[in-house]
Amino acid sequence: MALSALGEVIEANTAYFVAQSYELHNPPVLGSLVHVGDSEVDVVGVVCFAHTHSLDEGRRAIARGNGGEGEDVFRSHPELSKLLCTDFKALAVGHKKGSQVFTFLSPRPARVHGYVYLCSADEVRELSQSLAFLRMLLSDRSVACMDEVVSACLRHCAAAQEDADSFLIRAGRELATLMPKDFNRVAEMLKKARG
Amino acid sequence: MTSEHGDRLGLVISGSLVEGIEAKLDPSASVEDMAVGRYVTISGEKRRFFGMVTDVSLESSDEGLLLNPPDTSDPVIAGVLKGSGTYGRLHILPLLSLGIADAMDGPKPVKTVPAHFSEVREACQADVELVFGKEDEKRFHIGSPLDMETKVCLNLGEFVKRSNGIFGKSGTGKTYLTCLLLSGILQKSSAVSLVFDMHSEYGWEVTNESGYRAKGLKQLFPSSVAVFALDEESARSRRVSTDFVVRIGYDEVEPEDVQMLRSALNLTEASVQAVYQFARRFGDRRWLAKVLSLQDAKEIEQLTAELNIHESTYRNLRRGLDILRRFPFLVPEASNTSVREILNHLDRGMNVVLEFGRHADFVAYVLVANLLSRRIYAQYRERTERAMGENAPGPRPLVITIEEAHRFLNTEVSQHTIFGTIAREMRKYNVTLLVIDQRPSGIDEEVLSQLGTKICCLLDNEKDIDSVLAGVSGKSELRSILAKLESKQQALIFGHAVPVPVVVRTREYGPGFYGEIGGAGQTKGSTLTQQDIEEMWR
Repeated sequence: MALSALGEVIEANTAYFVAQSYELHNPPVLGSLVHVGDSEVDVVGVVCFAHTHSLDEGRRAIARGNGGEGEDVFRSHPELSKLLCTDFKALAVGHKKGSQVFTFLSPRPARVHGYVYLCSADEVRELSQSLAFLRMLLSDRSVACMDEVVSACLRHCAAAQEDADSFLIRAGRELATLMPKDFNRVAEMLKKARG
Repeated sequence: MTSEHGDRLGLVISGSLVEGIEAKLDPSASVEDMAVGRYVTISGEKRRFFGMVTDVSLESSDEGLLLNPPDTSDPVIAGVLKGSGTYGRLHILPLLSLGIADAMDGPKPVKTVPAHFSEVREACQADVELVFGKEDEKRFHIGSPLDMETKVCLNLGEFVKRSNGIFGKSGTGKTYLTCLLLSGILQKSSAVSLVFDMHSEYGWEVTNESGYRAKGLKQLFPSSVAVFALDEESARSRRVSTDFVVRIGYDEVEPEDVQMLRSALNLTEASVQAVYQFARRFGDRRWLAKVLSLQDAKEIEQLTAELNIHESTYRNLRRGLDILRRFPFLVPEASNTSVREILNHLDRGMNVVLEFGRHADFVAYVLVANLLSRRIYAQYRERTERAMGENAPGPRPLVITIEEAHRFLNTEVSQHTIFGTIAREMRKYNVTLLVIDQRPSGIDEEVLSQLGTKICCLLDNEKDIDSVLAGVSGKSELRSILAKLESKQQALIFGHAVPVPVVVRTREYGPGFYGEIGGAGQTKGSTLTQQDIEEMWR
């Protein structure tokens, strides 16, 4: 069964790509692995940030009043969903070429307007064989809450493993190597990764 | 796979040839499974190394972690912590180089260290066999390394060529170990043994603290062991058949014997000098009989005045010599047959155990052991020199076993006793010592340094440990091993007869052992019996 695209790339460089989600308020979950469909090389990224905003940068969304409508705001004002959009950012951590998965950056960035898909459990397993993506994530300074992203990504990867605990132990050791003087931070990340 | 390659333990991270190698333990290997004394192999780039774990330590990569320990009740956190934030570290003493990685050349002394991040593995059976050799007609299975079933073999041919020592606190199994070794010497080497058996343990039967009775040498090798007794009555009451009852004549006691017993007999230095004066006056052979026969006060006064011996000195000497007179085995006339009998037995390849029975006090032991050994040694010396002159083979190598060795070999008396001489001259005259002692610090340093192989059971006194290890390379490492031995059935062996220091769980001396040595013992025994018969008809 062909997977349906989650969104479309609207900005890309070597280190990351930004995509607009097809569904308002429903980007791929934080830390999940996504790839951009391409005829040659699929860039794989970890969703590290999502942002819902007004399409017109000059017109911010304003509060609709405390009428107790909640979700119904969008039902009573269907034009709102056309004025807003949800973007998400994914840090590039590898790429796919045919059925092969590589855990280093793609030679070229993702193409703008490329479709973004969620990686399958098999792809997640294959990508998480090597834990090189953890170093890439931790070395990125553009995202403020990177520890949370790492925890979320590990939770996502662990769910695809047969033995989640031994995967988390392996990942934890890698994190401890990357942050040799800060084990308590590693422990905190692992706790969050276990949910 | 374990039989071909031991389990992986970790990687070399630093070290030096002098100070030893440091290895980081893999997370999969538990620090609690590591024991000092365990053998490991290190696969370097060009050769394999054989070493021994001499210390295990806990390390941490993050000081903050030690101040704020994480919650280790979570198995994942605990799993991560092991091997990353915290890890075990092995200190390994490199002992031998086993040659190029695959080609198994013989072990060689180690002259370099393995490269960084070389793999450390547990030594497998084949490695240990390669180092210690297999049991054969020269090598005797003395025990197994810790946590292994491989046999550690002592090359007894080499062992008996030098004087050796067995040390250990009281109750650590020295007696059983000695029985084991004597059985081995009897079976696997061309040497014969003369055992001065202070507590009558080696000859017929040995009883341990819990009352278990094990067979003595005579029961194991009836046709090649003779039991000599100093106390016939004790032997009879223990139902031990003795081959000869040893008697010592007054004429056999020499001034040096008294000098050696100075402190035991509570003699002053002047009294010892008086002995030499009496010996000069009456001759080495008659002085004791003469002094003991002095009764007449006038005669005593005249004699002491002549020899310029003070009256109090004479009284002190006389009190000391009267202690000797109380020994029933010391008789005015003994016709010197004891030494001849012992030599006859030794020449025939018979091993002699001299049981002291009720005379198990130090005065009797030191006196008799020293006196007999001196004369036997003199004979051996004469024979060896004659053999050298005639270019013929020397007499059969002899191993003299003495207990409480610090009484003979302390700094004060080792110059005077024959044992000091034997220990120093080594095998020049085919006589070596097997010293058994619980206070090695009491033994003269020079003598200790001449011991070829040392077998140490648990020692916990600092001074004793220091003196046993004096002059040994890797002393500080061996020290920690020695102090951590179990109190029973474990010994550290190092020196001439083993290629590397080894901690062994000594072989069980019991029915299993009797069965295993039975075949070989019988064969040798039967040939000896045949020889005896031939000699009888000659």
